[in-house]
Amino acid sequence: MSTTDRNTTANGDASATFDVVVIGAGIVGSAIARKLAGHELSVALLDARNDVGDGTSKANTAILHTGFDAKPGTLESRLVREGYHLLSDYAERTGIPIERTGALLVAWNDEELEALPGLKEKAERNGYDRTEIVGPAEVYRQVPHLGEGALGGLTVPDESVICTWTTNLALATDAVRRGVTLLLNRRVEAVEERGGTTVLRTTGGDVTTRWVVNAAGLGSDVIDRMFGHDRFTVTPRRGELLVYDKLARPLADRIILPVPTSRGKGVLISPTVYGNVLLGPTAEDLTDRTDTGTSEKGIAFLLEKGRKLMPELLEEEVTATYAGLRAASDHSDYVIDADARRRYVLAGGIRSTGLTAGIAIAEYVAGLAGEAGLELVPREDLPEPPRMPNLGEAFPRPYQDAARIAADPAYGRVVCFCERVTAGEIRDAFRSPIPPAGLEGLRRRTRAMNGRCQGFFCGAEVGRLMESRGADACGPRVPHENREHGGERRSPEARR
Amino acid sequence: MSTDTDTTPASAGVTTLTPAVVIVGAGPSGLSAARELAPRVGGEVLVLDRESTAGGIPRHSDHPGYGIRDMRRFMSGPAYARRLVEQARAAGATIRTNATVTGWAGERTLEVTTPQGRLRVEAGAVVLATGARERPRPGRLIPGDRGRGVYTTGHLQNIVHLQHGKVGRRAVIAGAELVSWSAALTLREAGCATVLMTTEYPRPDSYALFNIGGRAFFRPRIATRTRVSRIIGKPDLRAVEIENLDTGARRIVECDTLVLTGDWIPDHELARAAGITLDPGTKGPLVDSAFRTDRPGVFAVGNLLHPVDTADIAAIDGARAARSVLAWLNGGSTPDGQVRLVAEAPFRWVTPEVIRRGDPAPARRRLLLWSDRFIPFPRVVLRQDGKVVARKRLWWPASPGRVFRVPSIMLTSVNPQGGPVSIGVED
Ligand SMILES: Cc1cc2nc3c(=O)[nH]c(=O)nc-3n(C[C@H](O)[C@H](O)[C@H](O)COP(=O)(O)OP(=O)(O)OC[C@H]3O[C@@H](n4cnc5c(N)ncnc54)[C@H](O)[C@@H]3O)c2cc1C
Ligand SMILES: Cc1cc2nc3c(=O)[nH]c(=O)nc-3n(C[C@H](O)[C@H](O)[C@H](O)COP(=O)(O)OP(=O)(O)OC[C@H]3O[C@@H](n4cnc5c(N)ncnc54)[C@H](O)[C@@H]3O)c2cc1C
Repeated sequence: MSTTDRNTTANGDASATFDVVVIGAGIVGSAIARKLAGHELSVALLDARNDVGDGTSKANTAILHTGFDAKPGTLESRLVREGYHLLSDYAERTGIPIERTGALLVAWNDEELEALPGLKEKAERNGYDRTEIVGPAEVYRQVPHLGEGALGGLTVPDESVICTWTTNLALATDAVRRGVTLLLNRRVEAVEERGGTTVLRTTGGDVTTRWVVNAAGLGSDVIDRMFGHDRFTVTPRRGELLVYDKLARPLADRIILPVPTSRGKGVLISPTVYGNVLLGPTAEDLTDRTDTGTSEKGIAFLLEKGRKLMPELLEEEVTATYAGLRAASDHSDYVIDADARRRYVLAGGIRSTGLTAGIAIAEYVAGLAGEAGLELVPREDLPEPPRMPNLGEAFPRPYQDAARIAADPAYGRVVCFCERVTAGEIRDAFRSPIPPAGLEGLRRRTRAMNGRCQGFFCGAEVGRLMESRGADACGPRVPHENREHGGERRSPEARR
Repeated sequence: MSTDTDTTPASAGVTTLTPAVVIVGAGPSGLSAARELAPRVGGEVLVLDRESTAGGIPRHSDHPGYGIRDMRRFMSGPAYARRLVEQARAAGATIRTNATVTGWAGERTLEVTTPQGRLRVEAGAVVLATGARERPRPGRLIPGDRGRGVYTTGHLQNIVHLQHGKVGRRAVIAGAELVSWSAALTLREAGCATVLMTTEYPRPDSYALFNIGGRAFFRPRIATRTRVSRIIGKPDLRAVEIENLDTGARRIVECDTLVLTGDWIPDHELARAAGITLDPGTKGPLVDSAFRTDRPGVFAVGNLLHPVDTADIAAIDGARAARSVLAWLNGGSTPDGQVRLVAEAPFRWVTPEVIRRGDPAPARRRLLLWSDRFIPFPRVVLRQDGKVVARKRLWWPASPGRVFRVPSIMLTSVNPQGGPVSIGVED
C-alpha cells in the first residue's frame, strides 16, 4: 500500500486495533501522531471535536518563543528552545508563515528596570545570549508609537510570530499523509484494560489500541485519572485578546512585552502574520473548561492596559475579540511521563508554550514511549511534508499572483474582500486532506470572514460556498437575479 | 502599502490599462460620477467593483425608499441600482465587476485583482467611491459567547435578499435609526419576528418614509437608553443581555438572531493606503466642496465621506464631483487658500471639511453633519477666530442616526483668510 492512500479520510475507520492512539488533535497531539507515524506503527489521532486544532491551539498569541524567559533547568525550557528550531525548520519546509519580528521587553517603573539584568542573565541560562539591555531613547527609536513613560528595555531579536492555525493543520495533514487515521467527534469518556489492549470508550464508539498517548490539553488530567493516576489538576486560565485591524500594523512592527510576573507573561502587543495587531492576553483562572467567551471585565482591563502601552492603537478598529484557555496545572513544569505497565504516555500541563514546543514534545514523547517498550522502527517510505496554503501577509498570496490567476481564474475571484481570500483558496480548503467541518474551520484555513467587516459584505457568499463545499468557485457571486420589489412612484419627498 | 512613486516592478502577466478616469466602487455615487463623466471625457471612464453585480448597497436593500432626490422617484433598492447601472453604461462608461482594487502602484495607479488577471490601472484621475459599512460585533466590543446568529444589516440583507437564505425566528435589533428599520423589514420578509429594538438614545428615529409610503407600519417594542451588554449562547445565539444606561439595570432577552445596525465606518482602506489625510470625525478622506482629497487628481464621493447618508445624496455627490474631475483633467488648478470647517459637540462630524473661495458650493448647497443628540429646532452657530460669523435656527431636527443638513449659505460671511470655522449649536 502506498503511504498516501493508507487512510486520508477525515473520519476514519476505527474497527482495527491500533498500535497507538493519540488523544487530542491540537498542536501537541498532532505533532506526536506525525512523529509516531514515521515508524512502522498504525496510529490514530482522536479528538472530541469535529475538526483538528479546535482547542487551545486555535486561540493563543501565536508567538514562536525563544524560551528566553522560561524557568532554567526545566523540561519546558529545554523543549521550548528545541521546539523553536524544530518548528522554524518545519515551517520553512511546509510554508507555515513566520515573521522574524523580534521583541522588545519594556520596563515601565524602577522595579521593572532593575529586573532587566536578571532577565538577561536568565535568558543566558536558557541558552539564549542575544538579548540586549537598551535605554529609553532606543526603546522609542524601535517603537515610536509606544506610550509615554518607558524607562528602558530588553531586546529579544529572535522572538517571532507564526500562524498557529497552519501549524496545527500542517502537522495533522502530515500525520494523515503518513497514514494516521483521524478519528473526530469522539470524546473519550472511559478507558478499559482488556488483555494487553486498551479500549477507549468514546462518544463515537469504542476504539481499541495497544498504546495511548494523552495530549488532551484541558482534558488531560481527566484522562490521566482514567488510567489510574492522580498527579495533577488542570485549571483553565483564560486569556482574552483584542485583534486590531490591519491598518494598525504600522504602529507595531515587533512584539512588545511587559516584564513577566509570577502570574504569567502579562499583556503584550504583537503583530500577527495576517497583518493585524494583538493586544492581550488577560490571565484569569476559571473553573469551566469550556468558557472561551469574552468578558466585560477582560475587555475593560485590556483597553486600560492598551491605553498606557500604545494610546494610538486604541483609535484603530477592533476586528476580533477572542479568548483561549491555558491548561495551567499545579505543576510548574510540563508533566510528561510514560507508564510502561499501562502502555500509556502523558503529555500534560502544557500551558503557554505548546505551540512553540509541540514538535520537540513529540520527539521527547516518542523517546519515552520507546524506552517504555513501544517498538519504534523508522519507516523508509515517508512522504514529503505538505506544502500549506500561505495565510501570511509577508509572503505572496494568490490574489497578488498574476501567474497563478492566469492558470486558474478562481484565484482572481476575491470572495472575502477585507482579507482578500479568493474562491480558489476556499475550494482548495474543501479538497484538502482535512477539509473544514464548519465555518470556523474554514476561517482558520483561509482567513475568510476574519477581517474588519466580519461578513457585512462577504458573509452570505462565504456561507454559500460553505454549503457547496467550495464547488462553483467561479460561478456568479449572486445566484438569483434580484427581484424587483415595490413599484415606482413619484414622491413628494423629492423636494426636501 | 503606500508608495508615492512607481516602485512596483511590472511583474509578468499583469495587464496595464490607461483610462482617463478610474472610479473605485459601482454604488450610487460611483455610477453617477461615471454617468456624468463618460460623455464628457476624451478617454475611457472605467468603473471597478469587487462585487459580481454593480449597484452597491441598494442591490440588497430590497425595499422602497430609493431615488427620491436624484431620480425624483420612489423606488426599491435593486430597481434603483439597475437603473444607475443602465444609465452609466448608456453614457459610455465601462463597468468591470469582480474587480477588487487591492492597492496603489503610483500617484493615480491602482493594482486590481480580477478572475481575468491582475490589472494595473494608470488613470488621469481617480474617484474613490467605496462606501461605508456597519461596525460588526468585535468593533463594538460586545463581550460574551461567539454564538452564531449575530449579523450586521449588510450581512443580513445579503443572506436574505441575494442568497435567499434563512435566519432565525426571534430577533433583537441593536439600533433604532433609518438602517435599523430596513433591517426590520428584511427580517419580516425572512419570517423572523423582531422582538425588541434597542437604542442608546432617549428616543428612536422612526423611518418617516414608511409612513409616507403608506406601507404597513409596524412597531416592534423599543428599549431606549439601552445597549446590548452581552451575547449568550454557543454554538448558536440563545439570548442577549441588555443594560439600561441610566439605571444600570440588566435583563436577558431571548433571541436567536441579533442584528447590529448603524455605527458606520467608511471603507477607507484605499484612501489610507495612499496616505490621503482623513477627517478624524468621519474617518473618511478630508475633502473640499469640489470633492478633492489632498492627493492631486484623487477625488472621493458618497458614503466614504459621510457615513452614512441616503443613496440619492451619494449619487448627487458623484454627479457633482464629475465637474471637478473634468476641471482637473483639463488642467484646472485648485484655488489658493482654504478654511477648515470643524464640528463641535453635539456634532460628531461635518463635511466638506475644507472651504475655498472660488470653489463650487457644496452639493445641494448643504453642509452635512452628524449629531449625537436629538434637537427639535437647532440654532446652528458658526464661529471663526473667536467671533460668531453666522447663526440660524433650522426648522428640521438634528437627530442621531441620520445626516443633519445645514444650508451652506451660512458660510457667506466666513473670512477666507481667517482661521478654522467651528460649527455647533446654541440651546
Ligand atoms: C491566551 C493564550 C496565549 C498563548 N500564547 C502562546 C504563544 O504565544 N506561544 C506558544 O508557543 N504557546 C502559546 N500558548 C499555549 C499554546 O496555545 C498551548 O500550549 C497549545 O496550544 C497546547 O496544545 P495542545 O495540543 O496541548 O492542546 P489543545 O490544542 O487544547 O488540544 C487538546 C485537544 O484535546 C481534545 N480533548 C480534550 N479532552 C478530550 C477527550 N476526553 N476526548 C477526546 N479529545 C479530547 C480537545 O478537544 C482538544 O482538541 C498560549 C495559550 C493561551 C491560552
Ligand atoms: C441596510 C441599508 C438600508 C438602506 N436604505 C436606504 C433607503 O431606503 N434609501 C436610501 O436612499 N438609502 C438607503 N441606504 C443608504 C444607501 O444604500 C447608501 O447611501 C448608498 O448605497 C451609498 O452609495 P455609495 O456609492 O457611497 O456606496 P455603496 O453603495 O456602499 O457602494 C460602494 C461600492 O464600492 C465597492 N468597493 C469598495 N471597495 C472596493 C475596492 N477596493 N475595489 C472595488 N470595489 C470596491 C463596493 O463593492 C460597493 O459596490 C441604506 C443602506 C443600508 C446599509
